Amino acid sequence: MLDDFFTRAVIAGIGLALVAGPLGCFVVWRRMAYFGDTMAHSALLGVALAFMLEINLTASVFIVAALASLALLILQRQGALSTDALLGILSHSTLALGLVLVAFMSWIRIDLMGFLFGDVLSVSRLDIAVIYAGGALVLLVLAWLWRPLLAATVNTEIAEAEGLQPERARLAFMLLMAAIIAIAIKIVGILLITSLLIIPAATARRFADTPEAMALFAALAGAAAVLGGLFSSLHFDTPSGPSIVVAALVLFLLSLLRAPWRASPASSQAGGST
Amino acid sequence: MLQTTGKDAGVLVEMKGAGVWRGGQWLVRGVDLLVRRGEIVTLIGPNGSGKSTTAKIAIGVQKPDEGTVERRRPLKVGYVPQKVTVDWTMPLNVGRLMQLTGRLKPGEIAKALEAVGIPHLVRAQVQTLSGGEFQRVLLARALARQPDLLVLDEPVQGVDFSGEIALYQLIREIRDKTGCGILLISHDLHVVMAETDTVICLNGHVCCRGTPENVLKSPEYVRLFGARAGEILAIYRHHHDHTHLADGRVRLADGTISSHLDHDIHEAQGKPHA
Repeated sequence: MLDDFFTRAVIAGIGLALVAGPLGCFVVWRRMAYFGDTMAHSALLGVALAFMLEINLTASVFIVAALASLALLILQRQGALSTDALLGILSHSTLALGLVLVAFMSWIRIDLMGFLFGDVLSVSRLDIAVIYAGGALVLLVLAWLWRPLLAATVNTEIAEAEGLQPERARLAFMLLMAAIIAIAIKIVGILLITSLLIIPAATARRFADTPEAMALFAALAGAAAVLGGLFSSLHFDTPSGPSIVVAALVLFLLSLLRAPWRASPASSQAGGST
Repeated sequence: MLQTTGKDAGVLVEMKGAGVWRGGQWLVRGVDLLVRRGEIVTLIGPNGSGKSTTAKIAIGVQKPDEGTVERRRPLKVGYVPQKVTVDWTMPLNVGRLMQLTGRLKPGEIAKALEAVGIPHLVRAQVQTLSGGEFQRVLLARALARQPDLLVLDEPVQGVDFSGEIALYQLIREIRDKTGCGILLISHDLHVVMAETDTVICLNGHVCCRGTPENVLKSPEYVRLFGARAGEILAIYRHHHDHTHLADGRVRLADGTISSHLDHDIHEAQGKPHA
């Protein structure tokens, strides 16, 4: 029943989900969902530039997404506009620039739908190697950065005062986001990348009482969504990328039913009785 | 000026003429400050007088726009900022928050929570704590690091009155036991000042400084806090003529119970604490 391309899709998707879960937790904690969208939209500009300059697609997307986040940092320092307005400008202008560049290159036919929504069923063995090598690197750096990044997320001033260099952690985190977007673009596509970051993390929130547990559960929820989405796309003949996101959404809705809001006070009472 | 400014080995942090310029005005300017090992320096002043800014300059969270700051290297800081909020999206229990900027042994966590009177809350989610409980956690976190310099910005806000006195006594005990330096910001002058070596009275600049006794007598202090402040908020010395009950009420020596502690009970007394 498992054709070769389908097995590859499952392996690639799970690899991506395992990395997206922990990173997505930080996106949720830091309230950066719109920032993730902006970086993902800038990826289309990266795709267009890759074709125009004939360079590696993943590298090009990574560089453009990283530059977009650097541009945001610099514009934020100027302080003339609010962050969400700046993100709106960056997000839509990089997406539009990408589309315009693609239109100029009449000599190349680019499957835009493929980049907007991804095509996990077309991943090659090389793609899988890139996902696992790149993903392992991202996770290693994240593990190394974990304490300073988490401290900076809870309170930048404590992190700064106690010597954890939150600015450096934040910059490194932006590079990790650029990396995951570059890795993910082929699988779920530009428009759905942030959903794979955010929805499994939101699902995991109800079951975790520490940040580390939430990161682990988010990775598992993402992997489950990939499995569920891919099998149902095979069964119902639906597009794979959106099916994965729908499966993630179903898991999130289930988590709302299973874990009521009183989870937190209950755990404090349990602590009190010991 | 009563404080000697000569260099010695015990100096943890020294600011000279420090100022911060924001939004077209000086938040503070011309602040000299010195904290040595084993010394408690208290910053007092009205709202917006630059107390928090001064503390942030001292520990490097805020860069001064003029003047200099020198810190001993290495300097291990324990910081309790004025305001910390943990986003609901992050699952965080007390034990994990305690280890925000560095790993601790379970015994160290338990000991610090015990010291601030909340040993039962180690597994509680921080978002479920009351304001007073959360302040105790933040204080325990800073203490457990065994810092060289403790910087406490209104550390007992939201803590009930009897708890407040106990925590200030704890802060002094920590200083006596570990010999760390403490930079304390408080508006609870009557409680704080008896434990303090040096008081610095701020109002955008240093109004006056010295021992608590001398600051209370200085005309600048009287001008800032009003003539009655010098009399009523005289140095707090803990007469053992009453007992603080668990609910914050007070039982006086004659057995009557008072809903609040009248300042007249804690009248000025020049003798050291019995």
